[in-house]
Amino acid sequence: MMGPETNKYPRGKRDDEEEEEEEGRGSEGIHHPLSTAEQMQTLTLDEGNPLNGDVSTSKSYSNYRSAMTTLSSSATEHPLIPPPSIATTPTVSDPLLFPPHTPSPDSPSYADVIYSPFHDSVPESNGNGEISNEVTISSPGSQSSSSEYLKISVSNPQKEVESSNSIVPGGNTYITYLITTSTNALDYGGSDFSVRRRFKDVVTLSDRLSEVYRGVFIPPRPDKSVVESQVMQKQEFVEQRRVELEKYLRRLARHPVIKKSDELRVFLTVQGRMPLPTSIDVASRMLDGAVRLPKQLLGESRSVVEPHEVLHPAKVGRDMLRFFKELKQSVVNDWGNSRPPVEEDDKEFLKKKEKLWELEQHLTNASKQAESLVKAQQDMGETMGELGLAFIKLTKFENEQAVLNTQRVRAADMKTVAMAAVKASRLYRELNAQTVKHFDTLHEHMGLMLAVHNAFSDRSSALLTVQTLISELSSLHSRAEKLETASSKIFGGDKTRIRKLEDLKDAIRVTEDAKSCAIREYERIKENNRIETQRLDGERHVDFVNMLKGFVTSQVAYSERIANEWAKVAEETSKYTKESSS
Amino acid sequence: MITTVNAQQRSGSSPMAQSPRSPSSQAPYLTVSVSDPAKMGNGVQAYISYKVITKSNLPEYDGPEKIVIRRYSDFVWLRDRLFEKYKGVFIPPLPEKSTVEKFRFSAEFIEMRRQALDVFVNRIASHHELRQSDDLRTFLQVDEQTMERARSMEIGIFKKKPADLMQIFKDVQSKVSDVVLGKEKPVDESNPEYEKLKNYIFQLEDHLAEAQKHAYRLVKRHRELGLSLSEFGKAVKLLGDCEGNALGKAFSELGAKSEILSIKLQREAQHLLMNFEEPLKDYVRAVQSIKATIAERANAFRHHCELAETIKFKEIDMNKLRLMRSEKLAEAEREYEELKADGAEATRKFERIVKLMNEEIIRFQEQKTLDLGVAFHEFAKGQAELAKGISEAWQSLLPKLESCSS
Repeated sequence: MMGPETNKYPRGKRDDEEEEEEEGRGSEGIHHPLSTAEQMQTLTLDEGNPLNGDVSTSKSYSNYRSAMTTLSSSATEHPLIPPPSIATTPTVSDPLLFPPHTPSPDSPSYADVIYSPFHDSVPESNGNGEISNEVTISSPGSQSSSSEYLKISVSNPQKEVESSNSIVPGGNTYITYLITTSTNALDYGGSDFSVRRRFKDVVTLSDRLSEVYRGVFIPPRPDKSVVESQVMQKQEFVEQRRVELEKYLRRLARHPVIKKSDELRVFLTVQGRMPLPTSIDVASRMLDGAVRLPKQLLGESRSVVEPHEVLHPAKVGRDMLRFFKELKQSVVNDWGNSRPPVEEDDKEFLKKKEKLWELEQHLTNASKQAESLVKAQQDMGETMGELGLAFIKLTKFENEQAVLNTQRVRAADMKTVAMAAVKASRLYRELNAQTVKHFDTLHEHMGLMLAVHNAFSDRSSALLTVQTLISELSSLHSRAEKLETASSKIFGGDKTRIRKLEDLKDAIRVTEDAKSCAIREYERIKENNRIETQRLDGERHVDFVNMLKGFVTSQVAYSERIANEWAKVAEETSKYTKESSS
Repeated sequence: MITTVNAQQRSGSSPMAQSPRSPSSQAPYLTVSVSDPAKMGNGVQAYISYKVITKSNLPEYDGPEKIVIRRYSDFVWLRDRLFEKYKGVFIPPLPEKSTVEKFRFSAEFIEMRRQALDVFVNRIASHHELRQSDDLRTFLQVDEQTMERARSMEIGIFKKKPADLMQIFKDVQSKVSDVVLGKEKPVDESNPEYEKLKNYIFQLEDHLAEAQKHAYRLVKRHRELGLSLSEFGKAVKLLGDCEGNALGKAFSELGAKSEILSIKLQREAQHLLMNFEEPLKDYVRAVQSIKATIAERANAFRHHCELAETIKFKEIDMNKLRLMRSEKLAEAEREYEELKADGAEATRKFERIVKLMNEEIIRFQEQKTLDLGVAFHEFAKGQAELAKGISEAWQSLLPKLESCSS
């Protein structure tokens, strides 16, 4: 049975896959997170409306559509994942991106999630690849990423006024930045783009990416607040932010997985209001979650975790009940007497994690020391320059006031020294400018550690979800057992009890689905972690080698030049040592 | 003729540094050195004493060699006596008293002071006027107790007449006000060349002080750079331990080189301090000594002018008395003659100062060109060697780094 909106999907071949799918196709397989069983009908009907204002639907949709995106795009990029062998259908502005669709039970997207290309046993990898057509980088995996480029610049900050919804007359002002992109990536459907975005949009982009690309080392975005924003001139602040934004977007564009993401593409290309759900929408779901919770507790609405929900971590507002269940599980993990049902047992991972935290510590330290080294070099150059200037003034003075010839001789000596000092000062400063650039690598990698932390905590929260579901299952089973034994004693059965048992059996089914889903998600994240860790190690090695080479080479070059300058002066003043010893 | 000892003796910690010009030991010589600082006494009373070794064949000096123990205040005594007696001569400057208690006994400070004291005494011993001073001989020869007695009678007020006392006070006053105002009193010599010289001296001090300030800062920068390079090296080594393999080794090497260079930088800092910053400071002190001489000359001039005035009035008085055929005439005539003698003396003193100063300024300028030349040479040499060392140290790392990327 297909949802009414299926024909709206550009992906036509869903039907085939649906027949192949068996798991999780329970009658009420997927429930919209916000709807009760009764409401589902209404919602399904609504789905045809592309301008459905229910943003949350779009959220959940894009959630695992993007999760699927991740899977498939990773498929094309990561060497370990077999690339999908699908004909490509590049899409330009994907209508799908804007109007969200609620996944129906038959929705292939749900299927996509469950049958990820990460799993070797998946027969549907073809389908996945096809599904992901509109969002995959066009070429089959054989294309190397080096011939493809994505160049981004941030410029032209402008003040704009927030027109609507302001309590304060005159409105809020904010700054927008011009973001220009030039690319030859096929799925961008064009080579040059130019959009205006504000910082809030960047925050949204960053938030959406971290929800979708769990387990990936996503470059951290620039900070929201600047400590000295009061002290700094508005202009300086804006300029600093512009630089940071550019760096951030370029880092995203360099990341082999993120550069292929829908979210980034939308951010870079879609004119006007950015169509990614904002964090405000997320916040509004907090209210929904708060509304939902009492109903769940009273048993009026579903309190089971739906399979698609496990693709994102439990958020306090949105998934209150689930959040609390997982919180309880984590307490049991830490303080309970028995071991949790499933544990982090990947020893290599644990070892690697230790090493990474050690690295982080040393990186932080080295980064700090590099900063003070740069400052010391800077000071040296400055003071040398000041000394040179002082001598130049002295030279001029002696020459003007000279009465005796010996004064002119001295003035000439002084000038030689002064010129050398000024030159040396300039050389120190040039050297320092280069040193700063080289040491940037340290600061960059230090910043990346935050991304690693996030990716690892994605993993642990996914694990927690699995553990919670397993516990939930066992408690459901025991409740069902009790009910069965109870009703078998009463002949004829109690209508309410029978219904309760059926409900429980439903819940068990759904929860089983969710558990499988969660396990798959967990495995997916683990794999992302592993791949990313390897990638980062390799990148870091290369970056560090280049940093050291650059640093050492420039030190050698400039020190030599400085030595030459002073050697000349030493030569010219050597007569004084000979004279004194005569 | 006593030979002139020149700049090389500035750093003459070894008394044998200067050998007589002529091979024959009959040629008169006087060489001095200050060495072996030692801490004496305890607590607040503690001070540093120095060995002063004099080698001479001059009749006024004992034996081929004489060693005495002197402390800083003895040198001050000598400087003050010379300043009193040899007006017009630019008395070599002394290093400053240290006001910071902690610093007073640091090895660095003591060595700097010893060097400066050595230079001081040598300059006196090589100055054709000053070396003949009795006070110098006292300083170089007498035992410690006698020296102490002489020092405590520094002001020597018990030896002076009340009139002289007043003059001394006036002199002190005028000297102070001259120094404070930095300029001459209204009574000036109307000598354009001298005016130019005075201007020159005052401005020179400002320029030199600035250069010296930056030189001192440069010393600090070397120390700071050395320190941060050392810290950086340590941090990088730790980072290398994390990485392991060839890259880790490269990091370790970087750390090791950083440590080596840090030491080089510290050494250069010390070298800069002793051989570049200190000579500049010495130059500043020398200019300040000249300012004191300028003040002396102004005093002498004023004195001479005042006396000339007094003589004029006395003459008028005398003539009045002559006309009146007063008995006071004889006395007045006597006083007149005395005044005239004083006047002549004052004029003579003043003119001597002028003559000496003219010679001194030439000597001073020549000396300074030499001194600065040496200082510049040391500076350039040190910097060149440091930079070369840095370049070579880093150069040695490159092959290892190349092998990392392969």
